[in-house]
Amino acid sequence: MDLRYSASDEAFRKELRAWLADAVPAHGPRPSERVDWDARCAYDQSWQRKLYDAGYAGINWPKAYGGRDASLTEQLVYFEETTRARAPYVGVNFVGLLHGGPTIIAEGNPEQKERHIGPIIRGEQIWCQGFSEPGAGSDLASLKTRAVRDGDHYVVNGHKIWTSFAQVADYCELLVRTTPEEKHRGITWLAMPMNLDGIEIRPLPTLLGSTEFSEVFLEDVRVPVDCRVGKENDGWRVTNVTLSFERGTAFTSDIMKLQEALRELTEVAKRITRDDASAWEDRALRRDVGHAAAEAEALWAFVKYIVSEAQRTGLPGTSGSCLKLYYTELKQRIGELSMRVLGRAALVREDIAGLPSEEFVFQALQSLSMTIAAGSSQIQRNIISERILGLPKERR
Amino acid sequence: MDFQLSEDQQALRAGIRSFCDGRVSIDALRELEKQGFDRSLWGELAEMGVFSLRLAESAGGVGLGSADAVIVFAELGRRLVPGPLVWSHLAADLVEGAADGERVVGGIEQLRPSNEPVLVEHLDQLDALLVLRKDGVYRVDPKSVPAQSAGTPLDPFTPIFVVKSLPQGERVGDAALVHKLRLEGAALAAAQLLGIAEMTTELATDYAKKREQFDRPIGSFQAIKHILADCYTRQELARVAAYAAGATLDDPSVGSVERAVATAKLIAGDAAMKNARACVQVHGGMGYTWEIPAHYYLKRVWVLENMFGDVHEHAERMAEIVAAD
Repeated sequence: MDLRYSASDEAFRKELRAWLADAVPAHGPRPSERVDWDARCAYDQSWQRKLYDAGYAGINWPKAYGGRDASLTEQLVYFEETTRARAPYVGVNFVGLLHGGPTIIAEGNPEQKERHIGPIIRGEQIWCQGFSEPGAGSDLASLKTRAVRDGDHYVVNGHKIWTSFAQVADYCELLVRTTPEEKHRGITWLAMPMNLDGIEIRPLPTLLGSTEFSEVFLEDVRVPVDCRVGKENDGWRVTNVTLSFERGTAFTSDIMKLQEALRELTEVAKRITRDDASAWEDRALRRDVGHAAAEAEALWAFVKYIVSEAQRTGLPGTSGSCLKLYYTELKQRIGELSMRVLGRAALVREDIAGLPSEEFVFQALQSLSMTIAAGSSQIQRNIISERILGLPKERR
Repeated sequence: MDFQLSEDQQALRAGIRSFCDGRVSIDALRELEKQGFDRSLWGELAEMGVFSLRLAESAGGVGLGSADAVIVFAELGRRLVPGPLVWSHLAADLVEGAADGERVVGGIEQLRPSNEPVLVEHLDQLDALLVLRKDGVYRVDPKSVPAQSAGTPLDPFTPIFVVKSLPQGERVGDAALVHKLRLEGAALAAAQLLGIAEMTTELATDYAKKREQFDRPIGSFQAIKHILADCYTRQELARVAAYAAGATLDDPSVGSVERAVATAKLIAGDAAMKNARACVQVHGGMGYTWEIPAHYYLKRVWVLENMFGDVHEHAERMAEIVAAD
């Protein structure tokens, strides 16, 4: 049991920290989630290009595809340092860098790699996700969007939902049904260009008031067959490849940020006056904050434990569900604590009286999505109880 | 970085687990409940190295570290091994005979000067009593303390005695040692709480697989499954927190010892309390009986929760640490 980073990990940390110290301030503040998409894309894409030029893009991607091919512990250092430096978030590049790109590296043919890999890692190609449907959420494999082969094309008809970045995406990782008689074995994975005829995007405002995601209506969209990744009807397996990347280290930076959020909350509580004393002098609040800080600390140890397990076995362990379940619920509790610290200042979405209402309220509201997206907490509990504890499956 | 058990640590865990499974089974525990303190078991624990584990080899100890001690104490927690285990372990190089089990050593924290009566565990069996005061560690001769039973103990394996006023005793260590022993004690209590969090999850899971209602195992219902998934998640969080506390005590260059220990005691205490309660709940009416061991676990949690700082104390400690960052 050894928690020390190696000398080469520490050398990597030093070099990265020095680069971030200049690059982050130079990139300026992130545009608000509610401002126009052009500004957000420009900000996120140019940051990705800077990472690429400095050799830090695609931290876990193979070198042959332009990535850093960092070891798992170097990836932890990367998340520690980028969080510490408050470096820009992956933003509109999320689906390309964490889903589409890695899936094509693993399953794509040479032409597909040529078309997508370089542009994604340089921040030049934006992707969106076309997995969920109104009738296929937690039970994703019941999806109905139909693709019928017509010569060199699939003719696609259907309705996708929760599609983040649809308005600005160049490609969509689209799951379609190619064999209606089969469930899991009737699904195909397509990299669909978003400029085809018959694609209609209707933004679906979130409870944040943002247009982060949309509904996507597909009517007789002709997708070239060469956009298919993997074999026809093999899309469920390809999808699991995609999701295994998401379940890898995708939450690591979020978990790092919990500590940072608690520090900020503490700093604000010291500045706020309640009943003739600062809010921080409220013992009950301090206990709640201290409790959450211990949970955040333990989660970071959990990340190291899971990474060590993966390093030994070469496979992601089964604990990812526990990590996701715990950190998303903790994030919500921290969000609620932040709202309580702000008190009536939380009734306004912008900063007011020198208090960070915009950020605190945004984080508290956005945290509500985290126990739903990427496998809801209820699905995670099913996975833990059935796959880890071996409890009998419920009738499905 | 390799935050997993080494081969030696796996062997250490397997050895102590097999000893505890064999020697302190539930049936054996029920015997102990009738008989009271078992000196021969204490001697066997000493032979297993439970008390001499971190003592240097040159001093006749095993020469292992705090992470190893955490692994061992988690196993003792799993089987509810009774007695002042943590204190006797901490006393290994303070009280002659503690390391080899010749002397049973207990202890009490008295960090604020007080003339109030104190409650001491296992006092009638002790050969030495350590008192942690603000200015130093004191050794008190238990025979000089009039021991009077405080009444029926909550945990049937942890008799409690009331002491009207503690004698000053002999000073055997300074304030720095008090601080060190409190950190080590908290980490080892956290380890036992981890063991309890684990075992209560296992007991409840096994029962949920066997017990049938509505013609199917109750473990197939989401209402039960989700309770157990939460138990398992808390147990795993307690595991990494307790291991991290041990590893940080061994090598403070990897992080703040104070932070790691407060986290471990809080997270493991919280996990053990909630999991033991869930264990009662999942067993239904049987869980409320003396027959099912779930209540032994819950009662032991309260004993450990009142040692080396409870959840509230460590939460406040963490808040201070975060505010000072």
